Amino acid sequence: MDFALSGEQNMLVESVRAFCERELYPHEELVEQSDEVPPELAQEIRDKALKAGFYAANMPEDLGGGGLDAVELALFERELGRPNYALQSFVVRPSNILQGCEGDQRERYLLPAIRGERMDCLAMTEPGAGSDVRGMSTRAVRDGDDWVVNGQKHFISHADVADFCILFAVTGEEETLRGPRKRISSFLVDHDTPGLEVRPGPRPVSHRGYKNCELYFTDCRIPGSALLGEEGKGFELANTWLGASRLTVATMCVGRAQRVMDLAVDWAAQRKQFGQPIGRNQGVGFKLADMATDIRAAELLTLMAAWNHGQGRMTDQDAAMAKVFASEMLARVTDEAVQIYGGMGLMDSLPLERFWRDARIERIWDGTSEIQRHIIARSLLRPLGA
Amino acid sequence: MKVLVAIKRVIDAYVKVRVKSDGSGVETQNVKMSMNPFCEIAVEEAVRMKEAGIASEVVVVSCGQQNSQETIRTALAMGADRGILVQSDAELQPLAIAKLLKGVVEKEQPELVLMGKQAVDNDFNQTGQMLSALLDWSQATFASKIEKSDGKLTVTREIDGGLETIEVALPAVVTADLRLNEPRYASLPNIMKAKKKPIDTMSAEDLGVDPSPRLSVVKVSEPPARQGGAKVGSVAELVEKLKNEAKVI
Repeated sequence: MDFALSGEQNMLVESVRAFCERELYPHEELVEQSDEVPPELAQEIRDKALKAGFYAANMPEDLGGGGLDAVELALFERELGRPNYALQSFVVRPSNILQGCEGDQRERYLLPAIRGERMDCLAMTEPGAGSDVRGMSTRAVRDGDDWVVNGQKHFISHADVADFCILFAVTGEEETLRGPRKRISSFLVDHDTPGLEVRPGPRPVSHRGYKNCELYFTDCRIPGSALLGEEGKGFELANTWLGASRLTVATMCVGRAQRVMDLAVDWAAQRKQFGQPIGRNQGVGFKLADMATDIRAAELLTLMAAWNHGQGRMTDQDAAMAKVFASEMLARVTDEAVQIYGGMGLMDSLPLERFWRDARIERIWDGTSEIQRHIIARSLLRPLGA
Repeated sequence: MKVLVAIKRVIDAYVKVRVKSDGSGVETQNVKMSMNPFCEIAVEEAVRMKEAGIASEVVVVSCGQQNSQETIRTALAMGADRGILVQSDAELQPLAIAKLLKGVVEKEQPELVLMGKQAVDNDFNQTGQMLSALLDWSQATFASKIEKSDGKLTVTREIDGGLETIEVALPAVVTADLRLNEPRYASLPNIMKAKKKPIDTMSAEDLGVDPSPRLSVVKVSEPPARQGGAKVGSVAELVEKLKNEAKVI
């Protein structure tokens, strides 16, 4: 078993980290204070990411993407977990689900997304349908060749800067062995389509500058060609392409935790109280030991899941374990880091308080900790028929 | 114009260096290693010359142990065309490296050798100068700007009093100072391409050089710990302390 990174993997890590330190870190203060990424800055980051070949790094090489394998991508995402989330979001990794585009859709959505000309967002969650995604009520109804959409989505990340959304909507009902259920389909909807209104959502505690929006569909008419994949197969499509997004959350948590750890160790070594560095007190030193161990465990769990993913055998359990552990690890690490910094840790003149705030969302989005545990428990019990 | 860039693998500039307890050197076990920052600047300059159509080929060479290959790969990922590793497990000092590089220059026949002004590990600042003497080539050290016109280079050098501009005939050895450029981070396609670029390996014997050290290190020790500052009550007291205690005036 070889746990060492290869030469290329090391180079990738160093290069992405240098990109973050040079192109993203210097703008963090601005974004944290203003809660905005100015459009010119967003464009500058996109351009630099394109030039460095980091844009669409998740997409296959033959489509013009970075062509990273699963482990390389995990390392790439880990490094992008370090800077302010809004800033790194312009090093765009278009949704993998766009690889389900067919025919005309490739030239209209997939390829421009990879080239950095258009930006996508994923419109799934609704006020009445969070973890229970299938409970959604936004409907698309056939009308001739078109579809007419009505309903409301919320918590739609970066819809404010996206050009189109990948919409999930109910297109009918079907009978299954476990009773009737909604048929969900997926659509590509341009944001300038009449009948679609994108409104700013409430301001969250985590990830300053990174916006969530509300999408209102009112008799919004979209053409038949907007259907992504087959009618009624929206979930299958999502399962095929979005399985790794939990892994992305996990690996970004590891990256952020590593940045926090460096700051905590530095402080514990430098800050003197009672005539010695506070790290010499076991109360602080042992915290550092636990944090470092926690981070290492999350890193291994995440890389193992990524490796399995690359081998085509990542289970729901692999991704769930990585996600729940890494996001909860980040909560513990950022909380202890604030504790080690003491009062200074709470002040917005240092980044500790924001790492702590930012950590909170990771246990909620892309499947709450409870949903992840449910997945793990289910995969343990289901084989036994329980 | 073919450009040869000599690079060195050193302890990463951001690592806090620790002296070995027996005073024989510094701790290198489990320490992050990187390309010497001044060498990185030299590689960047060569790659820019290639992009500007001034350089036809950029070859990087490193003398050292097998793991220097990683450092060469980094240079290839920045955009160099191919690499040469002069493999030696011996401790290589500036004169030995200059002799090895002379051998490589004779094989490769570049018109320009670019290198860092010094390596941040031993701070010798000798290899470039020695190489130019051995080759009987022009030299320009501490370059902060390099311009080529036919057959010669105009080099701006950083010297104590300011900037000095000199003209040197090619072939030449030029050593890079900090402000020559800001090295790029390797782009993803170049990282992927780097593994396919060739690295030749040769030994000191292949080049007919005896790399044995001529200097011996007597002792390596930590710099004295910084003393805390003191407050003075008056200008007179300050002057008195500067004169008699610090002995600087």
